[in-house]
Amino acid sequence: MKAVKVGVIVFPGSNCDRDMHHVLSDVFKLDTELVWHTQELPKNLDAVVLPGGFSYGDRLRAGVIAAHSPVISDIKKMAEKGMPILGVCNGFQILVEAGLLPGALLKNTSLNFMCKWTEIIVKNNKTPFTNKFKLNQRIPISIANGEGRYYADKETLKSLRKNNQIVFTYCEEINGSSNNIAGICNKAGNVVGMMPHPERAAEPIINPKNSKPASMIFDSLLNNLGVAQ
Amino acid sequence: MSLTRQEHVFLEKKIGRKPTPAELQIVAAEWSEHCSYKSSKKHLKILPRKGTRVISGQGYDSGVLDVGDGYVVTVHIESHNHPSAVEPYGGAATGVGGVIRDILSAGTRPIAILDGLRFGNIEKDSHARWLFKNAVRGIADYGNCLGIPTVGGEIEFDECFTNYALVDVAAIGFGKKEKLVKNRVDKDDFVVLVGGSTGRDGIGGSQFASDTLESENRSAVQIPDPFIEKLVIEAILEARNQSCIKAMKDLGGGGLSCAISETADALSVGIELDVARIHTREPGMSPSELMVSESQERMLVITDRYKLSILKQICEKYRVPYSVIGKVKEDRIMQVKVETNTIANLPSNVVANAPLLDRPALKPKYLKRLERIKKPNTPKDMSEILLRMLENPNIASKIWVYGQYDHEVGIRTVVKPGQGASVLRLDNGKFLSVKIDGNSKHCYVNPRQGAMGCFEEACRNVVCTGASPIGMVDHLQFGDPEDPEIFWTFKESLEGLTEFAKYFEIPCVGGKVSFYNETDDGPIKPTPLIGVLGLIEKKPLHPQKIGSGDMLVIVGETKDELGGSEYYEYTHNLIGGTCPSVDLKASKANMQAILDLIGSGLVNCAHDCSKGGLAVAVSKMCMTNEVGCVITMEKIPAQKLKDDEILFSESHSRYLISVSPKNIKKIKDLLEQKGITSEVIGKFVGSSLVFKKTTKTIIHLRVDKAQKKWLSSLGLLVAHG
Repeated sequence: MKAVKVGVIVFPGSNCDRDMHHVLSDVFKLDTELVWHTQELPKNLDAVVLPGGFSYGDRLRAGVIAAHSPVISDIKKMAEKGMPILGVCNGFQILVEAGLLPGALLKNTSLNFMCKWTEIIVKNNKTPFTNKFKLNQRIPISIANGEGRYYADKETLKSLRKNNQIVFTYCEEINGSSNNIAGICNKAGNVVGMMPHPERAAEPIINPKNSKPASMIFDSLLNNLGVAQ
Repeated sequence: MSLTRQEHVFLEKKIGRKPTPAELQIVAAEWSEHCSYKSSKKHLKILPRKGTRVISGQGYDSGVLDVGDGYVVTVHIESHNHPSAVEPYGGAATGVGGVIRDILSAGTRPIAILDGLRFGNIEKDSHARWLFKNAVRGIADYGNCLGIPTVGGEIEFDECFTNYALVDVAAIGFGKKEKLVKNRVDKDDFVVLVGGSTGRDGIGGSQFASDTLESENRSAVQIPDPFIEKLVIEAILEARNQSCIKAMKDLGGGGLSCAISETADALSVGIELDVARIHTREPGMSPSELMVSESQERMLVITDRYKLSILKQICEKYRVPYSVIGKVKEDRIMQVKVETNTIANLPSNVVANAPLLDRPALKPKYLKRLERIKKPNTPKDMSEILLRMLENPNIASKIWVYGQYDHEVGIRTVVKPGQGASVLRLDNGKFLSVKIDGNSKHCYVNPRQGAMGCFEEACRNVVCTGASPIGMVDHLQFGDPEDPEIFWTFKESLEGLTEFAKYFEIPCVGGKVSFYNETDDGPIKPTPLIGVLGLIEKKPLHPQKIGSGDMLVIVGETKDELGGSEYYEYTHNLIGGTCPSVDLKASKANMQAILDLIGSGLVNCAHDCSKGGLAVAVSKMCMTNEVGCVITMEKIPAQKLKDDEILFSESHSRYLISVSPKNIKKIKDLLEQKGITSEVIGKFVGSSLVFKKTTKTIIHLRVDKAQKKWLSSLGLLVAHG
């Protein structure tokens, strides 16, 4: 097996970092390292995940302070080089605040934090995190956020559609997101942000529906990195 | 609020001189009912505390249970009632924060939160709705930010909580046995205050909580900051991993005064500290304020000179403020200084051990009145009554609440909230099942049986997931203990719990007593809250989808026990009658039978009967699985009862199980062999809930209609409030 390494970035207040680490290393057997936000990004990384949580306690606006962390400039460089980068929940918010992904994440229309299971639909199966899916395949998955409503203006939405940047949509109107968007990617497709939590859905014991589809998000990464399965 | 005259005399006698003003403040905080348990301590000794899994160590603020393979589970329960009644958001949030730090102080990582909430009648009372909404938001904002899942709880509304709130929080921790903090210190070790800065919030909080709630004392309410708490948790756990912590205690009620005196007393040492070194939030705080401030998110850590620099580095990494405030001494004296000036010099065992009281107890007169009630007439339209019961805020789905809590973070939550006990996976392949239960309505009618019932209910829930109970925590909440009638209800509840715990050999591994839960309108009903932990060695009973054609089996007998029931109160506005009582022998036999059946894989789904009785329990199974059920009422094992009594009696020790038809014979044989009262009473089929008696239909209710009401009732009430 090719030796590949994934970094999970830990900001002050990240709280899904250990969950993501568990799934990557124990379930998908990837060499995974937790990287503290002031650390330099290790040179030998093949992919980076920004996990969920409440970086800086969501102060000011979710993700905005973490987006100025020292590690972000390294991540921007890696993004340009085409490295697969996944932001989940707060990680998505950070990628947006850092300017790596367009749009914004606003308070849910319910104005409440929402924790529930739903389904998302794969709209782009070309990214490093979706290449094993069929188009329009459904993924039962858990969401948990207070500021998860994806918003972009008309122009941006148009260009997202044009460039195939909409990666996941919700199968139901859930929180007021523009076009029911649950996840997007950058133009190149290597940087993906999503509000739902794949790390909470990839093991059968904790997924009340079916864990196979969510685990394909990680299988796709393995596939992209050329790891034989 | 200060010391009583007798306590003054006692203190002077003990120290042989008049106390200084600072000493008086320190002692008054520690000798408050909240910190000292002076009314209850003598009585609490009757609870069984030993067990094969119990690990008892000096200075632990949480119960520690060995779950095998080198792992431990820790558990603690606390309330934050007075603060939540004044400022529900901050009060509830800091309630979460406090109990989390108790788990942390043993050296374990907090992995779950459960909360028990009680408010006035939210259907009528907009203030109760406001309290409810904001307490839920406070818990959500705090727990979600920490990344500790709120996996379960229970909620009760009752007019006795008008203008008041009970906010109980239980927390569960998990860790390696070898990483538990040892709580052994040596002379000249450093005492370090780690965490948030000390401010003027929560001054006199423990005394505030030790009096009836008459006026809003806002300065006694603490301010929450979950972000700091999260950093403190990570810093402390890293310090634990690097063996930097010789002893640890969280700062809660009574602030530094309590933490220092209790630590020194528990470890049989002295502590010298300089309050001028404390990192403060505001200038000009007096030494007494610094000693009794209940500012949150603070931990007291004792480390040695070799590890101090590592501890400092870790705090700096997480940007957690800290100050080295003192040293350990050999003389068992708590010496408080401002730079070189000593302002308090007290034996720590005197501070930490208030003179205990013998409060008189007297059976309340109201109990006689409650026994003599006239039974209500059976209403004609029972379908309508059941539908109304499902809308009743006490019975309605709590999805509006737990949907705001992140109950998945940590990826341990195997059985999610909303279906009885919640189940968490542990790192050794075993599973932990947890539930808290209380029932002030039962306990009001019969404090002893009510308390035992709460205990059994929590056990039943845990058992329904396939877990054997391994430990319990209790939180005993009452009004003014100086009232002999109230004190009697406390003693009765405690004795009931003790009897149950001893019979089932379930050790009490932690608990708390909260008195003075009163407003101008009077005391709350007796409200003991019981948390039960169960362990599953192999696989939990994942409630499976009930299939059409599955059979419904009831285990246990339905009795004429509607005293304190939801049905009497909600439908007939009637408080009183005979409250359900626990038949210990039947309770144990039924519990074991259910565990055996689940263990043998013959059960698809198990549900206990509690609030709202059998009718509500079957409804919940149907609504959760979106399937109908036809029940033959004559089959239900019961004494000679009227229809409404069979449907809504809240008798204990009853379980409903759904069984595939192919297994029904095996199940019947097994239950008969054991001599368990049980019967096949119905079949899951169609899309309506039907209760039949001979050829007569007593209830006919469409499941989708019932489900809609049940799911939306609470959210609608709050949205319109």
